[in-house]
Amino acid sequence: MPVLELANISKHFGAIQAVNDVSLSIEAGQVVGLMGDNGAGKSTLVKMIAGNFRPSHGTMQMDGKELILHKPVEARQHGIEIVHQDLALCNNLTAAANVYLGRELRRGVGPFRILDYAAMYKRAGQIFAVLKSETRPRDLVKQMSGGQRQAVAIARTMLSQAKIVLMDEPTAAISVRQVAEVLNLIRHLRDQGIAVVLISHRMPDVFDVADRVIVMRRGRKVADKTIASSSPEEVTGLITGAIEQV
Amino acid sequence: MAVTLDQTIAQKQHTLLTRVFASQTFWVVIAVILACLFLSIATDSFATTKNLYNITRNITFVAIVALGMTFVIITGGIDLSVGSVLCLCSMVLAVTMHAGYGIEIGIAAAIATALIIGAFNGILIAYLGFPPFVVTLGMLSIARSLAMVASNNTVVFQFGPDHDKLLALGGGAFVFGIANPVLYMILLALITGFVLRWTKFGRHIFAIGGNEHAATLTGVPVRQIKVAVYMISALAAGLAGIIQTGWLGAVTTNLGNGMELQVIAATVIGGANLAGGMGTAFGAVVGAALIEVIRNSLGLLGINAFWQGVFIGGAILMAVLFDRLRNFRRNE
Repeated sequence: MPVLELANISKHFGAIQAVNDVSLSIEAGQVVGLMGDNGAGKSTLVKMIAGNFRPSHGTMQMDGKELILHKPVEARQHGIEIVHQDLALCNNLTAAANVYLGRELRRGVGPFRILDYAAMYKRAGQIFAVLKSETRPRDLVKQMSGGQRQAVAIARTMLSQAKIVLMDEPTAAISVRQVAEVLNLIRHLRDQGIAVVLISHRMPDVFDVADRVIVMRRGRKVADKTIASSSPEEVTGLITGAIEQV
Repeated sequence: MAVTLDQTIAQKQHTLLTRVFASQTFWVVIAVILACLFLSIATDSFATTKNLYNITRNITFVAIVALGMTFVIITGGIDLSVGSVLCLCSMVLAVTMHAGYGIEIGIAAAIATALIIGAFNGILIAYLGFPPFVVTLGMLSIARSLAMVASNNTVVFQFGPDHDKLLALGGGAFVFGIANPVLYMILLALITGFVLRWTKFGRHIFAIGGNEHAATLTGVPVRQIKVAVYMISALAAGLAGIIQTGWLGAVTTNLGNGMELQVIAATVIGGANLAGGMGTAFGAVVGAALIEVIRNSLGLLGINAFWQGVFIGGAILMAVLFDRLRNFRRNE
């Protein structure tokens, strides 16, 4: 059974049809590359899954149950986590503080509850170990490399029982070595049985790490196939419109 | 020997000692201590009980307001209205008590005034997106004007039936001959330090100062927290006003004039960053102490008081210069 299933989803803003009749399903432990040119509807689609927008038409199902989201917090409660393009990190805080930002662990009774530094350092360290990232929970994020910063942002998604992680252009502005690091992080997420939706412009990354590729053009899904049965040339053609649909 | 991943993750990059040496507050403490040692040797009048009593008490008013300001500055905001709010709260207390009400009602009225002003500032800033500088600059003018209206611009020095209680509260020394304002300052500094380090609220304040957008995305209630920090800042100013009223025994509409700059200077010298994301309770107190020691020493050393501004301004620039130097070294 797919973790997430979208059926005939559309979204329009006034007269503009941003997403038009898209259906797709995502399986657990699968990495899906979501590709398309600017304005193809990728972001709008992802924002509906993340609870930022409500679809104009169509339904979403999670684990076979209908999923209706009013705000991003509800998406998180359902196990949908997002890694934002700018990572949403606070440079002045430690890695552990960033991982737990907004869901700090506390100990104590009733109103007399204080931050549980020890538990947060420990748990954050465990998550970095799972991600195989050399990131120290006590270090300030401002001193970290691009790959470590990604690890901190991704570690957030592993705090609760995430089922789907949506990643918005995670490899957009980082060095070659760090790209490899981030792709590894994605593989480690997948190995935990988490479904990953990777929004990217970078063809090599998608073909390197994804199991499936979905291509969007002008709000429509024009391709949805396994990586093995596709090629970068074909995807490029689909993105630009040289190939109409497959 | 190969280092495992777990060892790398568990490694602590900073020991307590390196962290202490890297902090601006530490060096300001050293500066204060050196200045005090020098003055004790160079003058007969510095290390006297009376002078030390004076210095510690003078530090307190700026320090208490600076503690509140620290919250605001950590979020990346600024509160220019504190001097005027201090004056207005003093005046509300004075006028209420002068009218024959007890000290409890007077203090409650003063605190309520502070909280209302803080909430007003905070709501304009957090919900309507006004720049903090402009809102609090407006409030600087409004609050002082209201103080003049409340008192008809007179000096109030009779505080009704509880007159003596108020003077004891601010001017007395309940414990070991330590001036009361000093005790209040220590208590408030401890509370501030605790809140900043150990509570979720404190953590979120730092997060907002570091990256407000990130704080919003991760579910931090940014707007409510911003309103709260301006209320805390106004409350600190109000408390300082109440204490100062008791100490002075009289309130004029000039009280706290220009104090906002001294308070901001104290916070910055103590290591807070006006860009947000950095600041400590201890730093605010130490910054206030350095300013007061400079002021005091100039008098004792017989240097013309007109030079005071140069020395305090120099201290601000030195503190920031130190921070810059550290950043240059890190960026290399």
